[in-house]
Amino acid sequence: MSTFYFIAFLSVLFSILVITAKNPVHSILYLILTFSTFTIHYILMNAQFLAIVNFIVYMGAILVLFLYTLMLMNLNKDSEPFKSNLVKVAAYVGGACFLITIISSLKAFNTSQLVILKDPNLGLVKNLGKILFNEYLLPFEVSSILLLSAMVGAVLLATKESKTT
Amino acid sequence: MENIPQYIQAIPLNHYIILCAIVFSIGVTGVLLRRNAIVIFMSVELMLNSVNLLLTAFSVYRGDASGQVFVFFIMALAAAEVAIGLAIIVMIYRNTNSIDINVLNRLKW
Repeated sequence: MSTFYFIAFLSVLFSILVITAKNPVHSILYLILTFSTFTIHYILMNAQFLAIVNFIVYMGAILVLFLYTLMLMNLNKDSEPFKSNLVKVAAYVGGACFLITIISSLKAFNTSQLVILKDPNLGLVKNLGKILFNEYLLPFEVSSILLLSAMVGAVLLATKESKTT
Repeated sequence: MENIPQYIQAIPLNHYIILCAIVFSIGVTGVLLRRNAIVIFMSVELMLNSVNLLLTAFSVYRGDASGQVFVFFIMALAAAEVAIGLAIIVMIYRNTNSIDINVLNRLKW
């Protein structure tokens, strides 16, 4: 039980460090740590499939893509021109107001049931695969088309325009 | 594998909601605070991930596996979104030699 609170503290701490780090490379590394704490959350909920997918897709693919993109741009000289103090204070106040709104609306519901895993193999690969290929077969195929079109679009956007056009 | 579910027996659903709300509002603050386009994009990823965690918590709470399938689809969507977004950022950098979003205020006209 206390494992959850320790990991939750770590994920809040690292996500604060993501938005306050001066160097963008440091914020990407803190984002990797944040996502690893999220993976531990998934493992604590016994959602093993999502833990593996989060580990591979987010920490393995997406953040490496971020790091490579940042490496392609030479940002060392004027790395971070921060906003003015007024805009910063407005940003903090806006975020805090959003948080207060959500938590106070949560208090209005006043529910505090425990999260209990009734079926231990709910999040295993076998169970989720059966559901994914029976009920959600059409969205699965549509998402493959989405990934293909995203790949084509990314290649089209990122290649340089040829001089002949 | 059999004794992992014992860990989550005593955590109220409220605490998951509060944790995800905190991480989500940190992401909102990051979008408002920073001027680097890549860091703004990373804050958006932070928001997406907090929502994923909350969907999984609700799925475990209800005992319904559809929530976890939905999280899987969100992850596939996030991968596509990151590829397109980073390609757009690379194109912006190639045209303006900077990824400061204040350079982009010419988009108004």
